[in-house]
Amino acid sequence: MDVIVGAGVVGLSIAWRLARDGRPVTVVDPAPATGASHAAAGMLAPVSEVTYTEGPLLRLGVASLRRWPSFAADLAADAGLAAADSGFTPAGPDSGTFGGRAGPGFTPAGTDGGFGISAQARAGLDLRADGTLDVAFGADDLAALDELAAYMDKLGLRVERLTGRECRRLEPMLAPSVRGGLLAPGDAWVDPRRVTAALLAALDRLGVPLVRARAGGLLREGDRVTGVRLAYPGDAEPGGPPELGADRVILAAGVWSTELADVPVRPVKGQIMRLRSPQPLLSRCVRGTVHGSPVYLVPRGDGELVVGATQEELGFDTRVTAGGLYELLRDARELVPGVTELEVADVVAGLRPGTPDNLPLIGPSGTPGLFLATGHHRGGVLLAPLTAALVSGAVAADTADTAGGAAMPAVPGAAVPSVPGAAGGAAGTVGGSTEADGSGRSVADAVLGDEGELADLCSPERFREIS
Amino acid sequence: MDDLIIAGEKFSSRLIMGTGGAPSLEVLDQALAASGTELTTVAMRRLDPAARGSVLDVLRERDIKVLPNTAGCFTAGEAVLTARLAREALGTNWVKLEVIADERTLLPDPIETFDAAERLVAEGFVVLPYIGDDPALARRLEQAGCAAVMPLGAPIGSGLGIRNPHNIELIVEAASVPVILDAGIGTASDAAQAMELGCDAVLLATAVTRAQRPDLMAAAMKAAVVAGRLARQAGRIPRRRYAEASSPMTP
Repeated sequence: MDVIVGAGVVGLSIAWRLARDGRPVTVVDPAPATGASHAAAGMLAPVSEVTYTEGPLLRLGVASLRRWPSFAADLAADAGLAAADSGFTPAGPDSGTFGGRAGPGFTPAGTDGGFGISAQARAGLDLRADGTLDVAFGADDLAALDELAAYMDKLGLRVERLTGRECRRLEPMLAPSVRGGLLAPGDAWVDPRRVTAALLAALDRLGVPLVRARAGGLLREGDRVTGVRLAYPGDAEPGGPPELGADRVILAAGVWSTELADVPVRPVKGQIMRLRSPQPLLSRCVRGTVHGSPVYLVPRGDGELVVGATQEELGFDTRVTAGGLYELLRDARELVPGVTELEVADVVAGLRPGTPDNLPLIGPSGTPGLFLATGHHRGGVLLAPLTAALVSGAVAADTADTAGGAAMPAVPGAAVPSVPGAAGGAAGTVGGSTEADGSGRSVADAVLGDEGELADLCSPERFREIS
Repeated sequence: MDDLIIAGEKFSSRLIMGTGGAPSLEVLDQALAASGTELTTVAMRRLDPAARGSVLDVLRERDIKVLPNTAGCFTAGEAVLTARLAREALGTNWVKLEVIADERTLLPDPIETFDAAERLVAEGFVVLPYIGDDPALARRLEQAGCAAVMPLGAPIGSGLGIRNPHNIELIVEAASVPVILDAGIGTASDAAQAMELGCDAVLLATAVTRAQRPDLMAAAMKAAVVAGRLARQAGRIPRRRYAEASSPMTP
């Protein structure tokens, strides 16, 4: 059995993916879906977020964004979400039975601008792909936008440069002072709270145990990690076993991963605000730089408008501050003057797990039995599908390795790959050899295929010499 | 190149770096390494000094002296408080004093800056105030006991270069403490110009951290500061209206 520590969007996505691969998994978290995923705005916007020196992050983001439609369609089905726009009500068990869909060729009913969003994913997860509009005010901001456009062009990214009036035709609630904008038509967004709720529902339906406890430490035998010690919240009677043995421990606890392993992850605080509007003010994500400070607004299907987010290096501090909210509102109002009329629904601060190079740590930790899936910084929601696939591949490779040439344990009829290149199915075809095809490629290469390069970008190996 | 000496402390690099604007800590780390800097300023109001893996760890790893700054303060009161917190947290009595007049221009407020400088000097701080390119204020701050003066070349982050070289020269002429050109540097020639004008050091951040290749720009700035310093020491030739042949015209 594999134990996944952390029930945020990353840990839950991994658990769901491994369960779909037919692997026995258990998730450990004292308070599922309450950390960074709860605070996140859910922008799936690798293109509009691109900056100099961040080419590798763009590659990961684009690769993961491509996975989102099928990830969401499968998730909506597994969680039993209804296609009708009835909010978040699970449908009957027959609406999307596990393993019953076609794989790569699956075309969801009701597509969205070529992105291929299923009706269930749109209604149930609020997944939308209507693009991000990055707007500028003064001549300085405009010049910066032009420079960004030139850089995006160099990278081959599809963006459209718009005049101020074109921006306001798309989004009439924008301030008249908007002088121009960049539209990244392929960028998408999703409601992370619905995603984690759907993942929990899907795991429940798949019978995956969720242990509400804190992983207080790692169990070790020799140099191998063999499980986790559990600490139960409060000093009430322990509600479960004091420890969990595991073939592998997958550490996906965001910034709290540092409690269990020496990983180069630091908290980067983000304050974020949710406003409620009777009518939607915006039809797509809008972001802008207001006198040098960046702000974004994400509209939800239910009329909510998310305003984010500060970036503060203040350690494990989740206080919502007057200054943080002031800056958010000041800048949001500059973009969309009408925001001041809206009801404040929620203010929250979360801790992003930042790494020195802003890239996540995904894959074998270097310690046998311990895998990492943390350090996703601002991109946990975006990178969740890719992370799940990479971990699935790494786990499959590890299973083949530790089996020492023996065939993979038979999987009870459930390992139906639903994503192209799914590693679970591919590993089944390896047939127990540690050499995939006699060409000297390792099992990991064969399993990951073109994911290999992306896996290398995220490999925890890159920090080995530093720490 | 000769050493830079501030408040009795020697630095072999005359390039002081800021940390704002870097896309990631790794990019910042590479840029700092390429710059050869030995003194780097960090905004204390946006940082928990006790947090692990922060920009302070990057500086410690590189053995770069930390110069805490009071960026984000609008009053002398806030600046003094921030300096005290920095002294307590980092164990240094050095402070780059920065009191901003407004968010739009980020120009320094001369009155609040002077007020804070007086109080901090009295409390035993080594004060390096960020100021406009005002020779009179620079002189007053030196008289008040500041360890250096840091006039701007242009507004923070603007990359406009040195807008009033004449005033920078006047400040340099009158000063007996180091003059550090702070803010406004856009590219290497700006940094070289500051040194040619007689500044003792250059402080910059955005020009490097927001460049397309921050490490490369940091190396350029390092070279520019050295080049400008050497040119200043060498003494430039007078400007002439007409040509003067460099090789003899007559046998």
